[in-house]
Amino acid sequence: MASHAHGDNYINCEKGLWSWLTTVDHKRIGLLYMITVMTFFLIGGIMALLLRLELFAPNAVQGVGGVLKDGNVYNQVMTYHGAIMVFMVIIPGIPAILGNFFLPLQIGAKDVAFPRINLLSWYCLMAGATLALLTLFFNKVDTGWTFYTPYSIRTGASTVLMVLGAFIMGMSSILTGLNFIVTVHKLRAPGMTMHRMPLFVWALYATAIIQMLATPVLAITLLLLAAERLFGVGVFDPKLGGDPVLFQHFFWFYSHPAVYIMVIPAMGVVSELITTFSRKVIFGYTAIAYSSLGIAAVSFFVWGHHMFVSGQSETAGIVFSFLTMLVGVPTAIKMFNWVATMYKGSISFDTPMLYALGFLFLFAIGGVTGIMLATLPINVHFHDTYFVVSHFHYVMVGGTLMSLMGGFFYWFPKMFGKMYSDSMARMSFVFTFIGFNVTFFPQFILGAMGMPRRYFDYIPAFEQLNKISTVGSWLIGIGFVIALITIIQGLRKGEKAPANPWGSKTLEWTVQSPPPHHNFDVEPVVTGGPYEYR
Amino acid sequence: MSTDNTHAAGTAHVAHHFKDATQQYESGKQGIWLFMMTELLMFGAIFVAFAIYHRLYPEMFAEGSKTLDWKMGFTNTLVLIFSSFTMAISIAFIQKNEQKKAIFALATTILCGAVFMVIKYFEYMHKFHLGLFPGNFIDVAKIGAEHANIGMYFGFYYAMTGLHGIHVLVGMGLITWVMIRTIRGEFHSQYWIPVEGVGIFWHIVDLIWIFLFPLLYLVG
Amino acid sequence: MAHSNNNNPNILSPHIAPMATYLKVAGALFALTFLTVIAHQFKAQLGMFASAVAFLIALIKASLVVLWFMHLKDDNNMNRAIFGSAFAFLFLLWVLTELDIITRVFESSPL
Repeated sequence: MASHAHGDNYINCEKGLWSWLTTVDHKRIGLLYMITVMTFFLIGGIMALLLRLELFAPNAVQGVGGVLKDGNVYNQVMTYHGAIMVFMVIIPGIPAILGNFFLPLQIGAKDVAFPRINLLSWYCLMAGATLALLTLFFNKVDTGWTFYTPYSIRTGASTVLMVLGAFIMGMSSILTGLNFIVTVHKLRAPGMTMHRMPLFVWALYATAIIQMLATPVLAITLLLLAAERLFGVGVFDPKLGGDPVLFQHFFWFYSHPAVYIMVIPAMGVVSELITTFSRKVIFGYTAIAYSSLGIAAVSFFVWGHHMFVSGQSETAGIVFSFLTMLVGVPTAIKMFNWVATMYKGSISFDTPMLYALGFLFLFAIGGVTGIMLATLPINVHFHDTYFVVSHFHYVMVGGTLMSLMGGFFYWFPKMFGKMYSDSMARMSFVFTFIGFNVTFFPQFILGAMGMPRRYFDYIPAFEQLNKISTVGSWLIGIGFVIALITIIQGLRKGEKAPANPWGSKTLEWTVQSPPPHHNFDVEPVVTGGPYEYR
Repeated sequence: MSTDNTHAAGTAHVAHHFKDATQQYESGKQGIWLFMMTELLMFGAIFVAFAIYHRLYPEMFAEGSKTLDWKMGFTNTLVLIFSSFTMAISIAFIQKNEQKKAIFALATTILCGAVFMVIKYFEYMHKFHLGLFPGNFIDVAKIGAEHANIGMYFGFYYAMTGLHGIHVLVGMGLITWVMIRTIRGEFHSQYWIPVEGVGIFWHIVDLIWIFLFPLLYLVG
Repeated sequence: MAHSNNNNPNILSPHIAPMATYLKVAGALFALTFLTVIAHQFKAQLGMFASAVAFLIALIKASLVVLWFMHLKDDNNMNRAIFGSAFAFLFLLWVLTELDIITRVFESSPL
């Protein structure tokens, strides 16, 4: 190998903070995203713990207000928890961290198609997040992350700032998606046909399509909301003849597909993990690949199921209810194929695989309750109760976050060239997995009993289950603290990682750990499928 | 960047992660189209909202559109079409290595954008003078409107033309940028993709106006 | 579109439309703009067709811009599909939203 001036990998090839802030290397940008998303996750997580702490006991027991001063503060914390976790953690999460890092590596490219736009998208996220979080210093936003009109038009003016922040973060999402689509279309290595791409790449590709098609509608909706607030344009304001339900239509035209922006990349990671740690070629490669596109397509037809009790017509409700059931088809295709992959495989229960199995378990519960909620009459009963809260946490935390952690522990040796303590990492999984179920399973029961969501108090009958739920949130907290310690320990004194510690077959494992500055010293030529285990 | 002058007569500068100029060009082109798709979706969503409310309140929209002067919109349409023409030929000039003509065409395009904005300014000022403000700020009794929600029409009018106007300004900025780079000699018969991208953006801005003109000024 | 007439992918040989084509397209766009204004003068006679005529003309103008000025005519199918998908998804947004609003039972509004 030719001698480089500074070092032989992407981390040590250049030094200094400035070299990181101006980098156009997709791997370094992935790490920038990792640091920011982890920071936002910490903030959003602390807020979640505060919310659960407030709900530890009804206010009649712990005195009015409990931990948080009053209901207003609860609403604000709930809003920031939602907005931070959605816009700054889960949406950029897997695509921007793991996707940025591994999409080019997995298809044998030197970088994404537009490296400078890639950096710009990180700055967009930073700018948008800064704008949104600036509102913490003015009157705090209390609309919930959905910004429903007409309340968002009437409440504190800083909603405008928050909404513009979300608009800019949307641009970040669009630019990432644009980069990924062009990279997949144009930058694949020789021999890397579409049907030889790893399933993680297929998932990112499907996600990018949603990002490109859905986010612009959110952008204009948020701009119109800001204009409504500033100039009273009357589009969403019933006082001026507008229709607040139209806001919900436009909002969910983005935000329902956005749920799949969050979960399809997670499915992609799980596909990688299951096949690697089962030592078996993936079952139904084509079906899994195309079901990602299938979910992406179906996701645009179902948004009305968020609006069954909003004043939407019954006819539309029935149509959306039936359409929503369709989501179950491609999702189940994936589930069955993962299970079939494990069948008669030689499974090793390394930490990433544990997270993948955790994903299968939790996502199955989240998915099946999703079908329940898609059923119109059941939804009317469960609407805006903790049943819904629990359902989407099972999908987003149980699904996406589990898979993000699994993917992170899977690719950690490649990203940093170090190994982490496997026993510590397993312990973090045990705490998160058990803690997650302890937190959210009781919420299904609470919701079925009729406890409404977004309230800062409840009747004494709900006390026991709420206590259990709050204790569960501490277990999740401990789980993530252990994970953080594992990562820091691994970074500081982990053993040097070999190029391919798990015996994986995809291209990123053919280069040294950490990868060289330009990914591949010799352009790879692909001659077979991605998972040729046996 | 000035070192790129050396490429003027020769080959394109290919970035390190592309194999060749064709791959670089086609990637850039696809990226531009994807971005245009997001622009269309963003503008399109207001058109969808407009269509829905127009169906709900046809008379109110008819009353609103009568207050607009189609002659102003007509002039602006002609100005924008001409600017689209000069933008399109500027790319052809660069591809033929006729940079001087290209710079002239680009400058004309920027000028047309400015004319468009000036006309728009007078149109807005006239509306303000008559008290035709969006929703919250309109005094229905004072302007003697028949429909109490006439403010929504002007809400749409200002939102749509305002967003379009912002795009015209951004487009003028982008054209200035590629014009300066053309003057520096960075574009030639083997490298012109930024000009083409900005051009496609400018045509999208024109495209949206082509629909805004009948929608706001003629149909009512 | 860059056609590689030669075998060297590093040499771009774009299809350059002759100036006459641009002039013709621009002329057609001007003519159609005048036509739409002329049609506007006969709004009363055209009745319900007035808006249809106006939008048909706008559609033709838009197609001219897209096909010749933006060169989608000479572009590849992927870029055409990307452009078209924007309209497909806007149509979806419109149809499903209208599905709700049209089937709603309206209380009489004072507006």
